Amino acid sequence: MFYKRREEYNEVIIPYQGEGITVRPQELAGMGGNEAVAYAAKQANVDVVAAYPITPQTIMVERFSEYVANGEVDTEFVCVESEHSAMSACVGASVTGARVMTSTASQGLALMHEVLYVASSLRCPIVMMVANRALSAPINIHGDHSDMMGSRDCGWIQIYVENPQEAYDWTLQALKIAEDPEISLPASVNLDGFTVSHAMEDLNLLSDGQVKEFLPPRKPVFKVEPENPNTVGAFAMPDYYYEVKRLQEEAMRKVPEVLVKVTKEYEKTSQRKYGIIETFDMDDAETAILSMGSTAGTVRSVVRQLREKGRKVGAVKLWLYRPFPSEELTSAICDLKALAVIDRAMSFGAPYGPLCSDVASILQDCESKPKIFNAMCGLGGRDISSDDIRIMFDEADQIARTGVVRDRIKFVGVRE
Amino acid sequence: MSEKKIPLSEKMKLPWKNTPIAGVIFEPGSSAEYRTGDWRVAKKPVIDQKKCIKCWICWIFCPDVAIIRDEKGVTIDYAHCKGCAICAVECPVKAISMEND
Repeated sequence: MFYKRREEYNEVIIPYQGEGITVRPQELAGMGGNEAVAYAAKQANVDVVAAYPITPQTIMVERFSEYVANGEVDTEFVCVESEHSAMSACVGASVTGARVMTSTASQGLALMHEVLYVASSLRCPIVMMVANRALSAPINIHGDHSDMMGSRDCGWIQIYVENPQEAYDWTLQALKIAEDPEISLPASVNLDGFTVSHAMEDLNLLSDGQVKEFLPPRKPVFKVEPENPNTVGAFAMPDYYYEVKRLQEEAMRKVPEVLVKVTKEYEKTSQRKYGIIETFDMDDAETAILSMGSTAGTVRSVVRQLREKGRKVGAVKLWLYRPFPSEELTSAICDLKALAVIDRAMSFGAPYGPLCSDVASILQDCESKPKIFNAMCGLGGRDISSDDIRIMFDEADQIARTGVVRDRIKFVGVRE
Repeated sequence: MSEKKIPLSEKMKLPWKNTPIAGVIFEPGSSAEYRTGDWRVAKKPVIDQKKCIKCWICWIFCPDVAIIRDEKGVTIDYAHCKGCAICAVECPVKAISMEND
């Protein structure tokens, strides 16, 4: 296939300034986000994939089923009749100790909703790619975060990626984090629909050997097996349920520590550095924008332009949204004068959108509280332009000067 | 992970840190240990052994397998009887009455 091996790039050395890290030449390939995730799933030697196609995720399922048909993987690909069945099959496969992946978007994720809770509560380390898309109605196939925010509290680790390279890297890392015996929780890797899922970019790929070394076969904490019978998914009354849930929350709290460990290990293999949050020009920033996913690139570009004009602006990007990185975020934003938080999903009737609500709730940990406002934008795939980002920075600057927040939620990019 | 020595009734009093992951039950056939009789809220069935003709109709009807049948006659397993009173209704000689628990 056209994106497989391009010999002329094999000698390219990836520039990297890290200390004491051997820089190895990496394979370059042109892939969209969907293809990047499918390729990562192929290299990770996933045992079971049960998925149902839905725009803008279809290509991931399509590519992966090609790998299965070509005999490039020995994965059991389960063709199902809906997303509800897809996730149910994934849960069943996962409790047998298999490495399981799936992917979905929008209405498909909504249909999965009840089984998402079963997956996290039964501690199934399934990794799911979500190509984030708006929810109906009106029916819309384009990118925003409404779908995953609707399943925000389902107990899944949630990672938001900015581009196809991050999608590839985070898929491999998410498998390792989710399958860590201390965690054993499902994880979703979120790609902004079309903006990341379909954008073709140059990708640096690990070799199959490197992936095999980074990601050894899964060692399940428990599994169903005929020789050693047990009961998974039993009933629990008021005298037992709460303890099981408390234990689940404890696993969630261990995620940041394991994530940092995994990203460091991945950095040694890939020469690409990841973490919980990413800060850009935040050292002396007075105002900043917090975002997730593809918007972060636009924000950084505007920060560079504004810095040239001497404005003290910065950008923060969340990779990890659940568990919410409260400590890392407070240390990044507490000294700001004003912060704009970008949400690409409405929480109707709520004081803020989902991300801004979380940010507002951790501000009590700050000694000097920055003023915040919620920049709502990009709904249903509405373009988020540099001008939109500049409007947000201007608003943040005005708030920093006057100390007055005019609107809790500023609807940026909507026709007035 | 499996703690086979501890009875279920004791295990269910353990703190959350000692709760099995995902509420998995690691011993097969443990449902008999679970006292569904604790759900009984109103009355319990009591058998008058003098009236009982050992026809076993109560044993057939009991949805919770809480009627025990042995050479002595009919006894009731109160650890699993939920007090539905089907046995009292079905008894042809009115040997079973529902009394305060």
